[in-house]
Amino acid sequence: MAKLLALTIIVIAIASAIPVVMHTWEAPADVSTHGYMIDEQMSETMIEAGVSFLAAQIILAIFIWKFSSFSSNGKKRTFPGGAKGLVIAALVLVGAEVLALGVFGVKAWATVYFTPPSTTALPIQVQAGQFAFYFRYPGPDKKFGPLHPELINEANQNFLGLDPEHDADSRDDIVTAEMAIPVNKEIHLLMHAKDVSHSFYVPALRIHQDFVPGLDLSVHFTATKTGKYEIVCSQLCGLGHYSMRAYLNVLSPEDFDDWMKKEAALQ
Amino acid sequence: MQQAVPAVHAAPHHGPPTTFIRKHVFSLDHKVIGKQYYALALVAVLTGMVLSWLMRIHLAWTNASIPGLQLLSANGAPGGKMTPEYYLQLMTMHATIMVFFVLTTAPFAAFGNYFLPIQVGAEDMPFPHFNMMSFWTTFVAFCVLISAFFVGDGPPLAGWTAYAPMSAIGKAAGPGEGTGQVLWATAIGIFCIGQLLGALNFISTVLDMRTKGMTLARLPVTVWAWFITSCMGLTAFAVLMPATILLILDHVAGTSFFVASGLVINDQLLPHSGGSTLLWQHLFWFFGHPEVYIAIVPGMGIVTHVLITNMRRPMLSIKAILYSLWALAFLSYMVYGHHMFVSGMNPFSSLAFSFPTLMITIPSTILVLIWIGSLYGSKLRINSASLFALGFISMFVSGGVSGFFLAQPSIDIMLHATYFVVGHFHMVMGVAAMFGIFSGTYFWFPKMTGRMMNETLGKAHFWLTFVGTYCIFMPFHYLGWAGNVRRYASFTDDFLKPLVPLHQFITVAALFTGAVQLIFFYNLIHSRFKGAPAPDNPWEGTSLEWSMPSPPPWNNFGGKDPVVYHDAYQYGVKSSTGADYVMQTSPEQVPAEGD
Repeated sequence: MAKLLALTIIVIAIASAIPVVMHTWEAPADVSTHGYMIDEQMSETMIEAGVSFLAAQIILAIFIWKFSSFSSNGKKRTFPGGAKGLVIAALVLVGAEVLALGVFGVKAWATVYFTPPSTTALPIQVQAGQFAFYFRYPGPDKKFGPLHPELINEANQNFLGLDPEHDADSRDDIVTAEMAIPVNKEIHLLMHAKDVSHSFYVPALRIHQDFVPGLDLSVHFTATKTGKYEIVCSQLCGLGHYSMRAYLNVLSPEDFDDWMKKEAALQ
Repeated sequence: MQQAVPAVHAAPHHGPPTTFIRKHVFSLDHKVIGKQYYALALVAVLTGMVLSWLMRIHLAWTNASIPGLQLLSANGAPGGKMTPEYYLQLMTMHATIMVFFVLTTAPFAAFGNYFLPIQVGAEDMPFPHFNMMSFWTTFVAFCVLISAFFVGDGPPLAGWTAYAPMSAIGKAAGPGEGTGQVLWATAIGIFCIGQLLGALNFISTVLDMRTKGMTLARLPVTVWAWFITSCMGLTAFAVLMPATILLILDHVAGTSFFVASGLVINDQLLPHSGGSTLLWQHLFWFFGHPEVYIAIVPGMGIVTHVLITNMRRPMLSIKAILYSLWALAFLSYMVYGHHMFVSGMNPFSSLAFSFPTLMITIPSTILVLIWIGSLYGSKLRINSASLFALGFISMFVSGGVSGFFLAQPSIDIMLHATYFVVGHFHMVMGVAAMFGIFSGTYFWFPKMTGRMMNETLGKAHFWLTFVGTYCIFMPFHYLGWAGNVRRYASFTDDFLKPLVPLHQFITVAALFTGAVQLIFFYNLIHSRFKGAPAPDNPWEGTSLEWSMPSPPPWNNFGGKDPVVYHDAYQYGVKSSTGADYVMQTSPEQVPAEGD
């Protein structure tokens, strides 16, 4: 029975690793300038975690195979080096491993969160509410008008609570339900929540940030490939959470200009 | 060598139970209370498992009608077809029931209540009435939680994490967010009281009730594990309880602890102002992360205890295990922010929480290496208890290595709130902790009932559960890598649709593995009444529970305080009786084998 358990553990460990090695299931291809750092960090972690996983499971299996009461003969033996060697190995090897992961991981994190957006970044505001995203572009004046939550009225299509009558800056603002951005242009996304917590998750862009009611948050990124990508909510927000999504259209600069003109005409 | 001994207790804490009620219902006996906790955990785990079945069926075949589900909720499942909101409501209840009423009660409150006083040589806990209250408050908490199924629009849908402001603004936020959410918060608040009473009793029993000769160094590792867990419980539940009170006040007293200004629902500006969304998350995870260790540390103690008994020799270093358990407990308070990397918390804080999270790998690795290294050259006895203990190690490794990923904020950008997280915590605090519970059950059942469990059924239970749980939870990680967001009632996004076949595989595995647990329930109930009579010491153990009859009398040691002469693990020795062990109560001084 011990040998069967040992074999089972080895089969499970190897079978678990196969889809990882074969890349059977993996994230959508990266289309951002910073995403490669996250992917590299992921790969390095995968190697370290994978080796730890396989080594621990296989050694466990070998010891079960060799040292159960049915299969071992003769006198008991103690692990060479005893506990001291194992504790030192854990401290040194795992200590170095986690230190390396931690230090190298800072780079990717810092690129997203510690580096300010460039002054030329295109600002886009996004509001998350049950169960839709709305996007606002500042228009030719490059200024967002103030928000008045008390004016939000979905029936009148005032999704963000704008008051163009009194706020001059709001008059040329463009509000859309779909997000479009120019390729290879840095975007500065200004995020706020209307009601409860939500999240802005675009796997292909390697961007993930919660909307927190009461906090104005921002992220910045640059998309490198034109195409249509899904923006999904990943923070449980209510009964329609699973269906809360929008599309992100990454367009060529010309197509983006056309799109902006078309959307401006619809306001 | 005789060591310094703590004060010996003399007078009994309570007399023998004289009525049925005192013996079986409102019992002061820690053993009965332990069994009551275990029974509650069984009811809870059955409920939680059935809920998980319903959820899994819905995820795999979203339009399927589940016969009879409409009886539970006509609105939530019209014609047996689950609505998206009812999926979230069942999910909230599944997680809450499992985390609080199974993973906290069974390994800690159930086994701890039964065996901690015995293993330190005490007749009972120092505060038997508090102990009784601890169980009955927990029971009331469970009833309050379950009552949410039967009120208004049902249980809350905000998840077991109950993130504000959704959990704080009432029914406008969604079905169950009114009365259901208040009942949830009330239940958890009451549960905290029960656990605080329990933790106080556990701590004072270990510190003040040890019998003659039972120095701290001679305590079994299980006692240390329950003691450490109690210390965590005392500080973690003491934070969660006021948090739930504030949450209830936001509902019923018009306060705004967790609700910011300017929020709009259904085109209506909410009257709340000035609260903080992230305050709830900080309070909740300050409890929530230690809670992971509250669930798993007792299992680590049980598995160590079971393995030593079956290896017939001590661990390579019991001190390394104990220091690692303490390190886990200490670090668990410094890492909770890794649940909040993308929450909008200051990104510098994320790094501050990331490093301790990565550091927690070190004590975890020491534990695994000591367990595995101790197997080297041993003559491990294979039985249901030791199989589940070995399975625990395998599961803990599998669930542990995924922590490498989630500890790093940059990778969390991809994996946060995906099925990778679900796979990680199910393996490490769900399945591994359950394996600890199973191991403890097969090991201690003879002592608790006076009857042996059926080993053949026990082994069948292990094999099918071991393979089944891997089939369920390993694929969760693959889903997470592919970006599969958790807490979705169905998968309609373009990038999620290709993952549905994998979800169907998981559902089949979950139904199968759940059904396998019926073997365990049958074995448990059948053996309780028809099992072979158990000897006092069926596993040839050394600790104090094996030096008393099976089952023990109401006052444990028959009114006499046992005297302890050894540490808890004198195995691999040559005793005068020819046995390879010496019990803690035996005055015989023996050389170790090979000396």
